Amino acid sequence: MAVTREKPTAVSIRNVSKSYWRGSQVVPVLENLSFDIGQGEFLALMGPSGSGKSTLLNLIAGIDSADAGAIIVDGVDIAHLGEAQLAAWRATHVGFIFQFYNLIPVLTAFENVELPLLLTPLSRRERREHVEAVLDLVGLTDRMEHYPAQLSGGQQQRVAIARAIVGDPTILVADEPTGDLDRISAGEILGLMARLNGEFGKTIVMVTHDPRAAEKAHIIRHLEKGVLYDVPP
Amino acid sequence: MYLLKLLSRNALRHRLRTGLTILGITIAILAYGLLRTVVGLWHLGVERSSPTRLVTRNAISLVFSLPISYRERIRQIPGVRSVSYGNWFGGIHGDEKYFFANEAVEPRSFLELYPEFVLPPEQKEAFIRDRKGCIVGRKLAARYGWRLGDLVTLKGTIFPGQWEFVLRGIYSGAEKSTEERILFFQWDYLNETLKKTAPRRADQVGFYMIGIDRPDLAPQVAQEVDGIFRNSLAETLTETEKAFQLAFAAMTEAIMVAIQIVSYVVIVIIMAVVANTMAMTARERMGEYAIFKAMGFGHGYIAAMIFGESLFISMSGCAIGVVLTFPVAHAFGNVLGDYLPVVHIERTTIYLDIAFSLLVGIVAGIFPAWRAASIRIADGLRRIG
Repeated sequence: MAVTREKPTAVSIRNVSKSYWRGSQVVPVLENLSFDIGQGEFLALMGPSGSGKSTLLNLIAGIDSADAGAIIVDGVDIAHLGEAQLAAWRATHVGFIFQFYNLIPVLTAFENVELPLLLTPLSRRERREHVEAVLDLVGLTDRMEHYPAQLSGGQQQRVAIARAIVGDPTILVADEPTGDLDRISAGEILGLMARLNGEFGKTIVMVTHDPRAAEKAHIIRHLEKGVLYDVPP
Repeated sequence: MYLLKLLSRNALRHRLRTGLTILGITIAILAYGLLRTVVGLWHLGVERSSPTRLVTRNAISLVFSLPISYRERIRQIPGVRSVSYGNWFGGIHGDEKYFFANEAVEPRSFLELYPEFVLPPEQKEAFIRDRKGCIVGRKLAARYGWRLGDLVTLKGTIFPGQWEFVLRGIYSGAEKSTEERILFFQWDYLNETLKKTAPRRADQVGFYMIGIDRPDLAPQVAQEVDGIFRNSLAETLTETEKAFQLAFAAMTEAIMVAIQIVSYVVIVIIMAVVANTMAMTARERMGEYAIFKAMGFGHGYIAAMIFGESLFISMSGCAIGVVLTFPVAHAFGNVLGDYLPVVHIERTTIYLDIAFSLLVGIVAGIFPAWRAASIRIADGLRRIG
């Protein structure tokens, strides 16, 4: 495991390449990509479908592996971690926000948010305190016993955000977090994410197609054919 | 606790599918339990055999008889405590479909040798005193509504004619498994009638029942009995009562083996059904498993969720099946009471029910657990939306 310490940098991508096999053909997705994400930064990744945005997000989140290069998050090169180490790393360092919320339908809002804490040594009482705190933060204290099916899309996404932040992760990764929401709900979610970034200093990497969503970010980067641009190519 | 809550809620997510699967397991457990009980009943005669009783019959076949004169010679063998004798009568009362066993026995020695047939003393005396007397088991008396003093008629098959007996006693079994559907009558009545109607068949017995002092004497006594009558016109074959009963059971062994195979096939079929349910379940939830993995839950937790759900379903079916086995077996016993002795569910059957249900739950979970564990998170997440 290669460990480096660069305080102001939360994520450092170095010469990362990734390709997929489609039948007998190799399809390159990311080619020799290098960039940094600073601590407390809110980065929006934009680009057309198939440009490699979600793949890059998955690599940063440690749920996919690069063919080459280094991905250093909070000083740890996750590209060299084994599967079990990577799972443990994700549990403490990454919070996920998905387009379709991905809540567990048989669990209440409270139980969904509590899920990541089951992997921590916290007591039941401590877990309850944490869950109630984050549900309060997202404004869903009165809905904590509701099941996902009893919540609106915006409320479900707020539960998902609560679940993502309850373990106080190093980085939040959001894949099209407003892609399935109406304009008002999308605005609320983006406001909440901006608040998490502004008030709590959370580092956020968000993939989006929506320019209005991207406006909330400090930095917008465009990915096209595996190459990163500061402005749309 | 959290895992238990999660897997029980998951199991009840598709209530109809889970309910039907549990119903299938319940039926399989019931079928297995009943089939195994039937097989066990078939061997009940073997299990209730006494280790201190031997049976001597004609060495050629049971259908050939032995002279009554052998009795005294057998009695003189060291280690022999008592000797009784009898003939399989094979008479029919009324409808041939409702056949029950009937034997001619020497009453005094027989009742001494078989204390499991319990008679009130006055009925025992009445039976011994009356040459045309007979005794029947409690269940048989109840079946035909017979009371003491009633005239019971059997139509002879091996010994032709209409045979009339006076009911002098109704015995009950000392144990639950004792057969209570046999009619015993005096061998002397049979013999005296034969002396008049078929003198060549008189003074012959079908088998001797020998009481010995200790079980360990059985091989030695058996050898001596057969040794005495070697090279005679009617050579003997002496064996323990258990071996004698086993020989009967062996005649129908093929049927029993077939029933046993069917009972195991039932288990295999239900294993496939539960495996299919779990495979469908896991396929539908691949995205959820991917989320769990993304959050940092390991393969072990995912596998525990799948195996837990699979075991929840199989053990629920097992529990219902086991609970229902008793009343269903009771009803089964009532319907087939004329053919089967007491229907008793053995503890081993329940243990096997539980063991097979555990096996079904585990086997059904293997493939889905392997798939869920091996799926890449990114692929799993792609299945959502």
